[in-house]
Amino acid sequence: MRYAMAVDTKKCVGCADCVVACQTENQVPIGYCRDWIVENTAGTYPKLELEIRSERCNHCNNSPCVRCCPTGASHYADGGIVLVTEDKCIGCGACIASCPYDARYPHPDGHVDKCTFCMHRVKNGQKPACVEVCPTHCMYFGDLDDPNSEVSLVLKNRKYKRLIPEAGTDPQLYFLI
Amino acid sequence: MNEELITSGRLNYKIDPQLHIWGWEIPTYLFLGGLAAGILFFAAFYYLRGKEKEMTAAIKIAPMLTPIMLGIGLFVLFLDLHHKPFFWRLYTTINLESPMSWGAWTLMVITPVSILWSASYLKDVFPGWDWKFKLLNNLEAWAIKSRITLAWIMIFFSIILGVYTGILLSAFNARPLWNTSILGALFLVSGMSAGAATIMMMSKNHFERSLFNRIDLVLIGIELFLVIHMFMGFLASSQVQIESAQLFLGGPFTLPFWTIAVFTGMILPGLLEFLEMRGRRIPAYIPGLLILAGNITLRFIIVYAGQASRYLY
Repeated sequence: MRYAMAVDTKKCVGCADCVVACQTENQVPIGYCRDWIVENTAGTYPKLELEIRSERCNHCNNSPCVRCCPTGASHYADGGIVLVTEDKCIGCGACIASCPYDARYPHPDGHVDKCTFCMHRVKNGQKPACVEVCPTHCMYFGDLDDPNSEVSLVLKNRKYKRLIPEAGTDPQLYFLI
Repeated sequence: MNEELITSGRLNYKIDPQLHIWGWEIPTYLFLGGLAAGILFFAAFYYLRGKEKEMTAAIKIAPMLTPIMLGIGLFVLFLDLHHKPFFWRLYTTINLESPMSWGAWTLMVITPVSILWSASYLKDVFPGWDWKFKLLNNLEAWAIKSRITLAWIMIFFSIILGVYTGILLSAFNARPLWNTSILGALFLVSGMSAGAATIMMMSKNHFERSLFNRIDLVLIGIELFLVIHMFMGFLASSQVQIESAQLFLGGPFTLPFWTIAVFTGMILPGLLEFLEMRGRRIPAYIPGLLILAGNITLRFIIVYAGQASRYLY
Protein backbone atom coordinates (compact mmCIF):
# COMPACT_ATOMS: atom_id res chain seq x y z
CA MET A 1 0.00 0.00 0.00
CA ARG A 2 1.31 3.44 -0.90
CA TYR A 3 -0.93 6.40 -0.20
CA ALA A 4 -0.50 9.41 -2.43
CA MET A 5 -2.34 12.56 -3.40
CA ALA A 6 -2.75 14.30 -6.72
CA VAL A 7 -3.73 17.96 -7.07
CA ASP A 8 -5.09 19.22 -10.37
CA THR A 9 -3.49 22.61 -10.96
CA LYS A 10 -5.88 23.23 -13.86
CA LYS A 11 -8.90 22.94 -11.57
CA CYS A 12 -7.60 24.49 -8.35
CA VAL A 13 -8.86 28.04 -7.90
CA GLY A 14 -6.93 28.76 -4.72
CA CYS A 15 -9.98 29.25 -2.51
CA ALA A 16 -8.10 27.85 0.52
CA ASP A 17 -11.05 25.73 1.61
CA CYS A 18 -8.60 22.85 2.03
CA VAL A 19 -6.55 24.97 4.42
CA VAL A 20 -9.53 25.84 6.60
CA ALA A 21 -10.89 22.27 6.47
CA CYS A 22 -7.54 20.95 7.69
CA GLN A 23 -7.31 23.51 10.46
CA THR A 24 -10.81 22.62 11.65
CA GLU A 25 -10.54 18.86 11.27
CA ASN A 26 -7.14 18.57 12.92
CA GLN A 27 -7.57 21.36 15.48
CA VAL A 28 -4.47 23.05 14.14
CA PRO A 29 -3.54 25.82 16.60
CA ILE A 30 -4.52 29.33 15.57
CA GLY A 31 -1.87 31.00 13.44
CA TYR A 32 -0.54 27.72 12.03
CA CYS A 33 -1.34 25.60 9.01
CA ARG A 34 -0.49 22.15 7.72
CA ASP A 35 -1.45 22.93 4.13
CA TRP A 36 -1.29 26.09 2.09
CA ILE A 37 -1.92 27.55 -1.37
CA VAL A 38 0.91 28.62 -3.66
CA GLU A 39 0.31 30.81 -6.68
CA ASN A 40 3.04 30.69 -9.25
CA THR A 41 3.13 33.43 -11.85
CA ALA A 42 5.53 32.90 -14.72
CA GLY A 43 6.29 34.80 -17.89
CA THR A 44 6.30 38.45 -18.90
CA TYR A 45 3.23 40.65 -19.05
CA PRO A 46 0.93 40.28 -20.95
CA LYS A 47 1.98 36.67 -21.54
CA LEU A 48 1.63 35.45 -17.99
CA GLU A 49 0.83 31.98 -16.83
CA LEU A 50 -0.69 31.23 -13.47
CA GLU A 51 -0.46 27.95 -11.65
CA ILE A 52 -2.24 27.37 -8.37
CA ARG A 53 -1.24 24.54 -6.08
CA SER A 54 -2.56 23.24 -2.79
CA GLU A 55 0.56 22.06 -0.95
CA ARG A 56 1.28 20.05 2.18
CA CYS A 57 3.70 17.41 3.44
CA ASN A 58 4.81 15.26 0.49
CA HIS A 59 4.94 12.03 2.55
CA CYS A 60 8.17 11.24 0.75
CA ASN A 61 9.35 7.70 0.15
CA ASN A 62 12.85 8.73 1.17
CA SER A 63 12.07 11.20 3.94
CA PRO A 64 14.99 13.22 5.28
CA CYS A 65 12.86 14.03 8.34
CA VAL A 66 12.56 10.36 9.29
CA ARG A 67 16.26 9.78 8.71
CA CYS A 68 17.45 12.65 10.87
CA CYS A 69 15.06 12.13 13.81
CA PRO A 70 17.22 11.18 16.81
CA THR A 71 14.39 9.56 18.77
CA GLY A 72 12.41 7.75 16.10
CA ALA A 73 9.40 10.03 16.70
CA SER A 74 9.19 10.74 12.96
CA HIS A 75 8.37 7.46 11.30
CA TYR A 76 6.66 5.79 8.38
CA ALA A 77 3.19 4.49 9.16
CA ASP A 78 1.10 2.10 7.06
CA GLY A 79 0.92 3.16 3.45
CA GLY A 80 4.17 5.14 3.63
CA ILE A 81 2.59 8.04 5.50
CA VAL A 82 5.09 10.06 7.52
CA LEU A 83 3.88 10.70 11.06
CA VAL A 84 5.23 12.15 14.31
CA THR A 85 4.71 10.37 17.64
CA GLU A 86 4.09 13.31 19.93
CA ASP A 87 5.42 11.83 23.17
CA LYS A 88 8.60 10.62 21.50
CA CYS A 89 9.34 14.01 19.92
CA ILE A 90 11.82 16.18 21.81
CA GLY A 91 11.32 19.23 19.57
CA CYS A 92 14.96 19.44 18.52
CA GLY A 93 14.01 20.88 15.14
CA ALA A 94 16.21 18.57 13.06
CA CYS A 95 13.28 17.33 10.96
CA ILE A 96 12.08 20.90 10.43
CA ALA A 97 15.49 21.91 9.09
CA SER A 98 15.68 18.76 6.98
CA CYS A 99 12.44 19.28 5.07
CA PRO A 100 12.96 20.96 1.67
CA TYR A 101 9.23 21.76 1.56
CA ASP A 102 9.09 23.47 4.99
CA ALA A 103 6.06 21.29 5.70
CA ARG A 104 6.69 20.93 9.44
CA TYR A 105 6.42 23.38 12.30
CA PRO A 106 6.89 23.37 16.06
CA HIS A 107 3.47 22.98 17.67
CA PRO A 108 2.89 25.36 20.61
CA ASP A 109 2.75 22.24 22.84
CA GLY A 110 6.40 21.58 21.97
CA HIS A 111 6.30 18.62 19.63
CA VAL A 112 6.60 18.90 15.86
CA ASP A 113 3.40 18.88 13.86
CA LYS A 114 2.54 18.26 10.22
CA CYS A 115 0.01 16.87 7.74
CA THR A 116 -1.02 13.28 8.52
CA PHE A 117 -3.00 12.69 5.31
CA CYS A 118 -5.88 12.60 7.87
CA MET A 119 -5.01 9.04 8.86
CA HIS A 120 -7.84 8.99 11.39
CA ARG A 121 -10.33 9.55 8.57
CA VAL A 122 -8.61 7.35 5.98
CA LYS A 123 -8.70 4.42 8.41
CA ASN A 124 -12.50 4.72 8.48
CA GLY A 125 -12.73 4.73 4.73
CA GLN A 126 -13.12 8.50 4.47
CA LYS A 127 -11.02 10.89 2.43
CA PRO A 128 -8.65 13.44 3.99
CA ALA A 129 -10.51 16.60 5.05
CA CYS A 130 -8.89 18.77 2.38
CA VAL A 131 -9.89 16.37 -0.41
CA GLU A 132 -13.40 15.99 0.97
CA VAL A 133 -14.24 19.70 1.01
CA CYS A 134 -12.60 20.83 -2.24
CA PRO A 135 -15.37 22.63 -4.15
CA THR A 136 -13.72 22.04 -7.54
CA HIS A 137 -12.85 18.40 -6.80
CA CYS A 138 -9.28 19.09 -7.77
CA MET A 139 -7.70 16.64 -5.33
CA TYR A 140 -7.42 12.90 -5.58
CA PHE A 141 -6.33 10.59 -2.81
CA GLY A 142 -5.72 6.87 -2.69
CA ASP A 143 -3.44 3.90 -2.93
CA LEU A 144 -0.89 3.91 -5.74
CA ASP A 145 -0.49 0.14 -5.47
CA ASP A 146 -4.12 -0.27 -6.46
CA PRO A 147 -4.29 0.39 -10.23
CA ASN A 148 -7.98 1.25 -9.98
CA SER A 149 -7.74 3.81 -7.21
CA GLU A 150 -8.75 7.38 -7.98
CA VAL A 151 -5.20 8.62 -7.75
CA SER A 152 -3.69 5.82 -9.86
CA LEU A 153 -6.22 6.40 -12.62
CA VAL A 154 -5.74 10.15 -12.75
CA LEU A 155 -1.94 9.81 -12.78
CA LYS A 156 -2.22 7.30 -15.63
CA ASN A 157 -4.25 9.67 -17.77
CA ARG A 158 -2.69 13.03 -17.03
CA LYS A 159 0.73 14.64 -17.13
CA TYR A 160 2.06 15.53 -13.72
CA LYS A 161 5.04 16.94 -11.91
CA ARG A 162 6.38 16.71 -8.40
CA LEU A 163 8.00 19.45 -6.34
CA ILE A 164 11.80 19.55 -5.99
CA PRO A 165 12.37 15.97 -7.11
CA GLU A 166 16.06 16.88 -7.27
CA ALA A 167 16.14 16.90 -3.48
CA GLY A 168 16.01 13.12 -3.76
CA THR A 169 13.11 12.66 -1.39
CA ASP A 170 10.78 10.86 -3.81
CA PRO A 171 7.75 12.99 -2.87
CA GLN A 172 4.27 11.47 -3.09
CA LEU A 173 2.29 14.62 -3.78
CA TYR A 174 1.59 14.86 -7.51
CA PHE A 175 0.56 18.00 -9.36
CA LEU A 176 -1.44 17.48 -12.54
CA ILE A 177 -0.40 19.93 -15.21
CA MET B 1 9.45 36.40 -14.15
CA ASN B 2 8.77 33.41 -11.97
CA GLU B 3 7.11 34.34 -8.72
CA GLU B 4 5.90 31.95 -6.04
CA LEU B 5 3.53 33.35 -3.44
CA ILE B 6 1.81 31.58 -0.61
CA THR B 7 -1.60 33.18 -0.99
CA SER B 8 -3.48 31.31 1.72
CA GLY B 9 -1.32 33.02 4.33
CA ARG B 10 1.21 30.85 6.06
CA LEU B 11 3.02 32.23 9.06
CA ASN B 12 4.09 29.12 10.92
CA TYR B 13 6.21 30.08 13.91
CA LYS B 14 9.95 29.82 13.18
CA ILE B 15 9.26 28.66 9.60
CA ASP B 16 7.90 31.73 7.83
CA PRO B 17 8.90 33.99 6.21
CA GLN B 18 12.29 32.35 6.59
CA LEU B 19 13.32 29.26 8.47
CA HIS B 20 14.70 30.10 11.90
CA ILE B 21 14.27 26.94 13.89
CA TRP B 22 17.75 27.17 15.40
CA GLY B 23 18.76 30.30 17.26
CA TRP B 24 21.88 31.04 19.32
CA GLU B 25 21.84 27.74 21.20
CA ILE B 26 23.02 25.47 18.39
CA PRO B 27 26.03 27.56 17.26
CA THR B 28 27.04 28.09 20.90
CA TYR B 29 26.96 24.37 21.46
CA LEU B 30 28.81 23.66 18.20
CA PHE B 31 31.54 26.03 19.36
CA LEU B 32 31.83 24.55 22.85
CA GLY B 33 31.66 20.98 21.56
CA GLY B 34 34.33 21.60 18.93
CA LEU B 35 36.58 23.39 21.41
CA ALA B 36 36.26 20.62 24.00
CA ALA B 37 36.92 18.03 21.28
CA GLY B 38 40.10 19.86 20.29
CA ILE B 39 41.41 20.10 23.86
CA LEU B 40 40.61 16.48 24.69
CA PHE B 41 42.21 15.27 21.48
CA PHE B 42 45.49 17.03 22.21
CA ALA B 43 45.46 15.94 25.87
CA ALA B 44 45.01 12.29 24.93
CA PHE B 45 47.39 12.44 21.98
CA TYR B 46 50.30 13.90 23.93
CA TYR B 47 49.60 11.74 26.95
CA LEU B 48 49.94 8.67 24.76
CA ARG B 49 53.15 10.12 23.32
CA GLY B 50 54.50 10.21 26.88
CA LYS B 51 54.74 14.00 27.19
CA GLU B 52 53.00 14.23 30.56
CA LYS B 53 55.92 16.07 32.21
CA GLU B 54 56.60 18.73 29.59
CA MET B 55 53.05 19.47 28.55
CA THR B 56 51.20 20.34 31.73
CA ALA B 57 48.72 22.76 30.15
CA ALA B 58 47.72 20.41 27.34
CA ILE B 59 47.43 17.23 29.39
CA LYS B 60 46.48 18.39 32.86
CA ILE B 61 45.11 21.94 33.00
CA ALA B 62 43.17 22.68 29.80
CA PRO B 63 41.13 19.42 29.98
CA MET B 64 39.73 20.63 33.31
CA LEU B 65 37.75 23.20 31.36
CA THR B 66 36.14 20.60 29.15
CA PRO B 67 33.58 19.17 31.62
CA ILE B 68 32.40 22.76 32.13
CA MET B 69 32.27 23.43 28.37
CA LEU B 70 30.44 20.18 27.70
CA GLY B 71 28.10 20.84 30.62
CA ILE B 72 27.20 24.29 29.30
CA GLY B 73 26.94 22.82 25.81
CA LEU B 74 24.52 20.15 26.96
CA PHE B 75 22.52 22.74 28.87
CA VAL B 76 22.12 25.04 25.86
CA LEU B 77 21.16 22.03 23.74
CA PHE B 78 18.48 21.29 26.31
CA LEU B 79 17.33 24.92 26.12
CA ASP B 80 16.98 24.52 22.37
CA LEU B 81 14.48 21.67 22.68
CA HIS B 82 10.84 22.64 22.23
CA HIS B 83 9.52 19.54 23.99
CA LYS B 84 11.86 19.54 26.99
CA PRO B 85 10.19 16.96 29.28
CA PHE B 86 10.85 14.30 26.65
CA PHE B 87 14.61 14.90 26.27
CA TRP B 88 15.36 11.43 27.67
CA ARG B 89 13.92 9.93 24.51
CA LEU B 90 17.33 10.61 22.97
CA TYR B 91 18.66 7.83 25.13
CA THR B 92 16.02 5.23 24.37
CA THR B 93 16.90 5.17 20.68
CA ILE B 94 19.94 4.70 18.49
CA ASN B 95 19.30 5.95 14.99
CA LEU B 96 22.49 5.49 12.99
CA GLU B 97 21.15 7.67 10.19
CA SER B 98 20.63 10.64 12.51
CA PRO B 99 23.70 12.76 13.29
CA MET B 100 21.86 14.13 16.31
CA SER B 101 21.54 10.63 17.71
CA TRP B 102 25.26 10.09 17.18
CA GLY B 103 25.94 13.36 18.94
CA ALA B 104 23.73 12.57 21.91
CA TRP B 105 25.47 9.23 22.48
CA THR B 106 28.94 10.66 21.87
CA LEU B 107 28.32 13.31 24.52
CA MET B 108 27.08 10.58 26.86
CA VAL B 109 30.49 8.89 26.54
CA ILE B 110 32.88 11.82 26.32
CA THR B 111 31.42 13.98 29.11
CA PRO B 112 32.01 11.41 31.90
CA VAL B 113 35.41 10.55 30.41
CA SER B 114 36.41 14.21 30.45
CA ILE B 115 35.31 14.42 34.09
CA LEU B 116 37.33 11.32 35.03
CA TRP B 117 40.38 12.62 33.17
CA SER B 118 40.22 16.00 34.89
CA ALA B 119 39.63 14.39 38.28
CA SER B 120 42.67 12.19 37.84
CA TYR B 121 44.87 15.29 37.60
CA LEU B 122 43.13 17.46 40.16
CA LYS B 123 45.61 16.68 42.95
CA ASP B 124 48.55 17.36 40.59
CA VAL B 125 47.28 20.81 39.78
CA PHE B 126 45.76 21.70 43.17
CA PRO B 127 47.97 19.93 45.73
CA GLY B 128 45.65 20.84 48.61
CA TRP B 129 42.65 19.10 47.06
CA ASP B 130 40.79 16.62 49.23
CA TRP B 131 38.09 14.32 47.81
CA LYS B 132 36.61 13.82 51.32
CA PHE B 133 34.73 10.60 50.46
CA LYS B 134 36.30 7.17 50.17
CA LEU B 135 34.26 6.38 47.09
CA LEU B 136 35.65 9.43 45.29
CA ASN B 137 39.18 8.53 46.32
CA ASN B 138 38.70 5.04 44.90
CA LEU B 139 37.31 6.49 41.72
CA GLU B 140 40.29 8.80 41.41
CA ALA B 141 42.71 5.92 41.95
CA TRP B 142 40.89 3.96 39.25
CA ALA B 143 40.98 6.90 36.85
CA ILE B 144 44.72 7.40 37.40
CA LYS B 145 45.29 3.69 36.73
CA SER B 146 43.14 3.74 33.60
CA ARG B 147 44.55 6.86 31.96
CA ILE B 148 45.74 4.96 28.88
CA THR B 149 42.27 3.54 28.27
CA LEU B 150 40.68 6.92 28.92
CA ALA B 151 43.11 8.54 26.47
CA TRP B 152 42.20 6.11 23.68
CA ILE B 153 38.49 6.67 24.30
CA MET B 154 39.13 10.43 24.27
CA ILE B 155 41.03 10.34 20.95
CA PHE B 156 38.33 8.31 19.28
CA PHE B 157 35.30 10.16 20.62
CA SER B 158 36.81 13.65 20.39
CA ILE B 159 37.24 13.13 16.64
CA ILE B 160 33.64 11.90 16.36
CA LEU B 161 32.49 14.90 18.42
CA GLY B 162 34.47 17.35 16.29
CA VAL B 163 33.28 15.89 13.00
CA TYR B 164 29.72 15.53 14.17
CA THR B 165 29.39 19.25 14.92
CA GLY B 166 29.74 19.77 11.16
CA ILE B 167 27.95 16.63 9.97
CA LEU B 168 24.94 17.64 12.05
CA LEU B 169 24.44 20.44 9.54
CA SER B 170 25.78 18.84 6.38
CA ALA B 171 23.30 15.96 6.62
CA PHE B 172 20.46 18.32 5.69
CA ASN B 173 20.18 18.42 1.94
CA ALA B 174 17.18 20.71 2.27
CA ARG B 175 19.58 23.54 3.17
CA PRO B 176 22.04 23.74 0.29
CA LEU B 177 24.61 25.79 2.20
CA TRP B 178 24.97 23.10 4.84
CA ASN B 179 24.83 20.27 2.38
CA THR B 180 28.57 19.89 1.88
CA SER B 181 30.63 17.17 3.54
CA ILE B 182 33.50 19.66 3.85
CA LEU B 183 31.65 21.09 6.83
CA GLY B 184 32.52 18.02 8.92
CA ALA B 185 36.23 18.46 8.24
CA LEU B 186 36.08 22.23 8.53
CA PHE B 187 34.41 22.15 11.95
CA LEU B 188 36.75 19.42 13.17
CA VAL B 189 39.84 21.39 12.16
CA SER B 190 38.47 24.67 13.42
CA GLY B 191 37.55 23.06 16.76
CA MET B 192 41.06 21.63 17.02
CA SER B 193 42.48 25.05 16.20
CA ALA B 194 40.40 26.55 19.02
CA GLY B 195 41.62 23.79 21.34
CA ALA B 196 45.26 24.44 20.40
CA ALA B 197 44.73 28.18 20.90
CA THR B 198 43.26 27.60 24.37
CA ILE B 199 46.15 25.37 25.39
CA MET B 200 48.59 27.95 24.01
CA MET B 201 47.00 30.67 26.11
CA MET B 202 47.07 28.54 29.28
CA SER B 203 50.58 27.23 28.88
CA LYS B 204 53.37 28.69 31.01
CA ASN B 205 56.11 26.69 29.38
CA HIS B 206 57.91 27.90 26.30
CA PHE B 207 58.32 24.51 24.62
CA GLU B 208 54.61 23.75 24.88
CA ARG B 209 53.52 27.22 23.83
CA SER B 210 55.68 27.27 20.75
CA LEU B 211 54.62 23.73 19.83
CA PHE B 212 50.92 24.68 19.92
CA ASN B 213 51.72 27.91 18.13
CA ARG B 214 53.08 25.84 15.25
CA ILE B 215 50.27 23.27 15.40
CA ASP B 216 47.72 26.06 15.29
CA LEU B 217 49.40 27.65 12.31
CA VAL B 218 49.12 24.39 10.38
CA LEU B 219 45.48 23.98 11.43
CA ILE B 220 44.65 27.52 10.27
CA GLY B 221 46.27 26.73 6.94
CA ILE B 222 44.08 23.64 6.59
CA GLU B 223 41.02 25.66 7.58
CA LEU B 224 41.64 28.26 4.88
CA PHE B 225 42.19 25.48 2.37
CA LEU B 226 38.86 23.92 3.36
CA VAL B 227 37.02 27.25 3.16
CA ILE B 228 38.32 27.80 -0.37
CA HIS B 229 37.41 24.25 -1.34
CA MET B 230 33.95 24.66 0.11
CA PHE B 231 33.28 27.65 -2.13
CA MET B 232 34.84 25.98 -5.17
CA GLY B 233 32.50 23.06 -4.56
CA PHE B 234 29.45 25.31 -4.20
CA LEU B 235 30.20 27.33 -7.31
CA ALA B 236 30.74 24.21 -9.40
CA SER B 237 27.56 22.58 -8.10
CA SER B 238 23.85 22.90 -8.85
CA GLN B 239 21.94 26.18 -8.95
CA VAL B 240 20.78 25.91 -5.34
CA GLN B 241 24.34 25.63 -4.08
CA ILE B 242 25.54 28.44 -6.34
CA GLU B 243 22.83 30.60 -4.82
CA SER B 244 23.70 29.56 -1.29
CA ALA B 245 27.35 30.53 -1.91
CA GLN B 246 26.09 33.94 -3.04
CA LEU B 247 25.04 34.57 0.57
CA PHE B 248 28.77 34.97 1.19
CA LEU B 249 29.76 36.43 -2.14
CA GLY B 250 27.83 39.67 -2.14
CA GLY B 251 24.87 38.51 -0.07
CA PRO B 252 23.98 39.52 3.50
CA PHE B 253 26.64 37.34 5.16
CA THR B 254 29.56 38.56 3.06
CA LEU B 255 30.94 41.13 5.47
CA PRO B 256 30.80 39.20 8.77
CA PHE B 257 32.05 36.02 7.16
CA TRP B 258 35.08 37.35 5.33
CA THR B 259 36.09 39.98 7.89
CA ILE B 260 35.34 38.40 11.27
CA ALA B 261 35.38 34.65 10.63
CA VAL B 262 38.06 34.48 7.95
CA PHE B 263 40.27 37.56 8.33
CA THR B 264 40.36 38.28 12.07
CA GLY B 265 39.54 34.67 12.99
CA MET B 266 42.02 32.84 10.75
CA ILE B 267 44.35 34.99 8.64
CA LEU B 268 45.32 37.60 11.25
CA PRO B 269 46.01 35.14 14.12
CA GLY B 270 47.82 32.97 11.59
CA LEU B 271 50.06 35.91 10.69
CA LEU B 272 50.69 36.68 14.36
CA GLU B 273 51.57 33.05 15.02
CA PHE B 274 53.89 33.10 12.04
CA LEU B 275 55.65 36.19 13.41
CA GLU B 276 55.88 34.53 16.83
CA MET B 277 57.46 31.52 15.18
CA ARG B 278 59.99 33.80 13.51
CA GLY B 279 61.04 35.14 16.89
CA ARG B 280 58.81 38.18 17.50
CA ARG B 281 57.33 38.36 20.99
CA ILE B 282 53.57 38.26 20.63
CA PRO B 283 51.43 37.57 23.72
CA ALA B 284 49.68 34.22 23.13
CA TYR B 285 46.30 35.57 24.16
CA ILE B 286 46.09 37.94 21.16
CA PRO B 287 46.00 35.27 18.43
CA GLY B 288 44.29 32.91 20.92
CA LEU B 289 41.32 35.15 21.60
CA LEU B 290 41.04 36.13 17.93
CA ILE B 291 40.83 32.45 17.02
CA LEU B 292 38.14 31.76 19.62
CA ALA B 293 36.13 34.78 18.48
CA GLY B 294 36.50 33.77 14.84
CA ASN B 295 35.51 30.23 15.71
CA ILE B 296 32.24 31.12 17.38
CA THR B 297 31.44 33.65 14.64
CA LEU B 298 32.02 31.00 11.96
CA ARG B 299 29.48 28.73 13.62
CA PHE B 300 26.89 31.44 14.10
CA ILE B 301 27.21 32.52 10.48
CA ILE B 302 27.04 28.99 9.08
CA VAL B 303 24.01 28.07 11.22
CA TYR B 304 22.13 31.28 10.38
CA ALA B 305 23.09 31.43 6.70
CA GLY B 306 22.23 27.76 6.22
CA GLN B 307 18.69 28.45 7.32
CA ALA B 308 18.49 31.30 4.83
CA SER B 309 19.53 29.00 1.97
CA ARG B 310 16.88 26.87 0.33
CA TYR B 311 15.75 25.07 -2.78
CA LEU B 312 14.46 27.03 -5.76
CA TYR B 313 10.84 26.93 -4.84
